[in-house]
Parts: sequence; C-alpha cells; structure tokens
Amino acid sequence: MTGPALIAAGFFSWEWVVNHLDDIWDRTIEHLILTGIAIVVGAVISLVLSVVALRYRRTYTPITWFAGLLYTIPSLALFAFLVPVTGLSILTAEIGLVSYTLLILIRNIVAGIDGVPPATVESARGMGYTTRGLFIAVELPLALPVIMAGIRIAAVTTIGLVTVTALIGQGGLGFFIATGLTLIHSPVGTTQIVVGTVLSVVLAVAVDMSLVGVERLTTPWSRKRAAT
Amino acid sequence: MVSEESGNMIEFFGDVAQWFGDGANWTGAEGILNRLSEHIQITLGATAVAAVLALPPAVWLGHRRIGGTFVVAAVNIGRAIPSFAIVVLFLPISIRLGLGFGFWPTFLALLFLAAPPMFTNAYAGVAGVDADLVEASRGMGMTDREILTKVEVPMASPVILAAVRVAAVQVVATATLGALVGWGGLGFFIVRGFATRDSVVLFAGALLVAVLAILTEAVLGTLERRVVPPTLRERSASIETVVA
Repeated sequence: MTGPALIAAGFFSWEWVVNHLDDIWDRTIEHLILTGIAIVVGAVISLVLSVVALRYRRTYTPITWFAGLLYTIPSLALFAFLVPVTGLSILTAEIGLVSYTLLILIRNIVAGIDGVPPATVESARGMGYTTRGLFIAVELPLALPVIMAGIRIAAVTTIGLVTVTALIGQGGLGFFIATGLTLIHSPVGTTQIVVGTVLSVVLAVAVDMSLVGVERLTTPWSRKRAAT
Repeated sequence: MVSEESGNMIEFFGDVAQWFGDGANWTGAEGILNRLSEHIQITLGATAVAAVLALPPAVWLGHRRIGGTFVVAAVNIGRAIPSFAIVVLFLPISIRLGLGFGFWPTFLALLFLAAPPMFTNAYAGVAGVDADLVEASRGMGMTDREILTKVEVPMASPVILAAVRVAAVQVVATATLGALVGWGGLGFFIVRGFATRDSVVLFAGALLVAVLAILTEAVLGTLERRVVPPTLRERSASIETVVA
C-alpha cells in the first residue's frame, strides 16, 4: 500500500460529520469551558504568586522552580497521579490544566512588571501613588502586553492539553480522538480522530487571534511591545 | 478506587511502595527495567533523528537569514497541534503504510513533534547572532564558512543545546502516550492502570514517568551548563519548554 490516494481512501467520512454536528458543537463548547476555567484560575493563582515573588524577591526562584517542576511532568502522568485522589472528574482535569499554566503566566507577569520603565514608576510615586495604587493603575496596565503574550501561549497550550483529559473522562474535542482510537480500523474511527485534531487546532488559532484582539482593545497605547 | 480519608491514603502509598518492592515487577518483558530501557531508547533515537533532520537546515537558513516568516508560522502551528492528537493520528497512517501498531506510529509522531521546535529554536539562535559581530568577523577577513562555524554556531550553541533539551523532554513526555497505540515504554503502566482500574499501578507508572522526565531535564540541563561558556549562558534562558 503506497501512494497518498490509497492512504487517504476510506479515511474520512463526511456523512459521519453531518450526522454528528450537534455532538461536535457540544464538545467544542465543553473544550472552551475546560480551557476557560483553567486560564482564569491559573491567572488568579499566578497573579498572587507573582505579587509574592515581586514583593519578596528571594521567593521568585523557588516559585518558578516549583512551577517548572509541574510543567516538566508529562500530562498523562500528572492526571494519573491525581486520579487515585480526585477520581475521573472535572476537578482532576482542571488541577492538571491549571498546573501547566503557572510557569508561563508567572514568568510573563513578573517579566512584564519588571519591564515597566523605572522613570514611569518614579513619576507615579512622585504623583502620590501608593504601592498598591501604583501596581494596579500603572504597573499592571503597562505590563499587559507581556502578560497577554503569556496568556496566549497558556491558552494555546491548554487547548492542546484538554484533549488528553479525554483519557480521564473529560476531554472536549479530545473525546473524538479517544473514541476514534478504539475504532481505528473503520472510517468512523479515523474520521473522529481527524475531526478532533483539526477542530482543536482551529480552536487554538481562533482563541489566539481573539486574544490578540482583546490585547489591542485593552492596550491602545502600545501595539508592538508584546513578546511572542 | 477513590480514597479520601488520610488512613486510606497511607495504606495506598504503602501499596505503591510494596509494588515497587516486588522484584517480579522489575524483571521480564513487562517489567520496569525493560519498559524504562524502551522509553530511553526511543527518546534517544527520536531526538537524534529529529536533530539530524532539523538542525542542519535550520543553521543554514539562519546563517542566510531567510525563511523567518515560515519559522514563525511553524512555531505557532506546532504549538497548536496537541501531541495526543499526533500520536493517535499517526496510528491509522502507520497501519496504512504497512508499519502496523506500536513502535512506528509512536516513533513517527515523536519525530514530527520534536523536529519543528528544534528547527525554529536553532534558526532563531543563529539568525539572532548580533549583526555587528558577523560584520566584524567579515571585516577581519573570515570566509562565509568560517563565520558560520567559528562565530555563528558557537554564539548560538546555548540556544541550540537548549532546543535539543526541550525537545528531548517533550519526547520523553510524548513517548508515554505511545502506550495508547500499542507501544510499550513507561506509559504502559499508566495505560494498564487505567484499563484495569488499578490505582496502585497507575500511580506507580505516573511516578516512573515523572521521575524520568525530571531527570532528563536535570541531566541535560547540567550537561548544557558544563558545555556552554559562562558568558553565553543567559541566551539559553529565553527558550521555553513545551508540554505534552
């Protein structure tokens, strides 16, 4: 069996897609919800840890070390660790997904705040800003492009990782990939694998582009500072 | 299988320790040692082949400073394709190519995942060498080849080595998923743990995989620090790891 045509024959069934549009829509929404929860919870935890790291500089290395450790653990292993404790639940999925956002988000929040020009900080202090007011009204907005760059990477990464949670009974579009794996010899199986893969890539690109839009709307004064 | 009381947790960790203490779990085709050796071999093989495929063109294109747009597109798309999807997608492709289950779909998926980030990082490392430095070398009479081998590659070496490390860690992580398509490796224990609802095997497998990934990162990180001259070290810090 050689040649792309032979390989592609019986690989994809449009009929299956047409008959399962409702399912596909539901799983796409589930995928977005799983991703959204992970990013919001991850951002809140990262912001708290970043504030700690910025206030007490010595904690930055241990905090990023720990976040890096979580980041290095392969996703299947991290979920497998949690299953004996939290079961095949959405909580297990979210603990894992949130863990992977921390390193990227903390690094970018801290780098973003550090990148605020000292002269700006000094002017704000001269104008009478308190430390808290300075952080919320000056430093965070100016760091927003770098923070948003982190959120974009975290969101795209999380959308990919959500597919793995299909193995612990969640999964969004990953459900189709996992189901397709059990039907590997039939076109119904390969179709589901392709649908799950293509749609999760499309979702990642769409979310990334929407976040670029959000970034432009929220930081009209700066269009070129965001690191990729 | 869910145990929330602390007494049960202690008992559970006792069972995990007992599992590791049982010599029968270490030997034989389905033992820890064989699975570990499979995992290490496929990681070395896939990382090495991916490096041979990705690094020379990346270094050359970076030297000529062409193809930047392609590189940026490759990073973004590469990041968006889930590794789980790649591993599963390569199974029917491998079956149709007559390569069957197990090793080949896993190996091909690992190559596909490891090569692009190595390519982009190596490209960025070489293309990012200070233009003034390149010009100064040319002014000193260096040939094009000398600039590449004596200036650009050494200057980019921290980034290139970091790229290889990041890819290797990702390969260790993704090779775990190979157990889903009939291959072995340490993911085997996790998949068996899920299939038989045996949380002791599940947890033990997860522990083995996590330790191997962390050790890979630590060992390659240490090697990197040994090899890279101190003055060039901070350049590699900008490379970020990729999760699988």
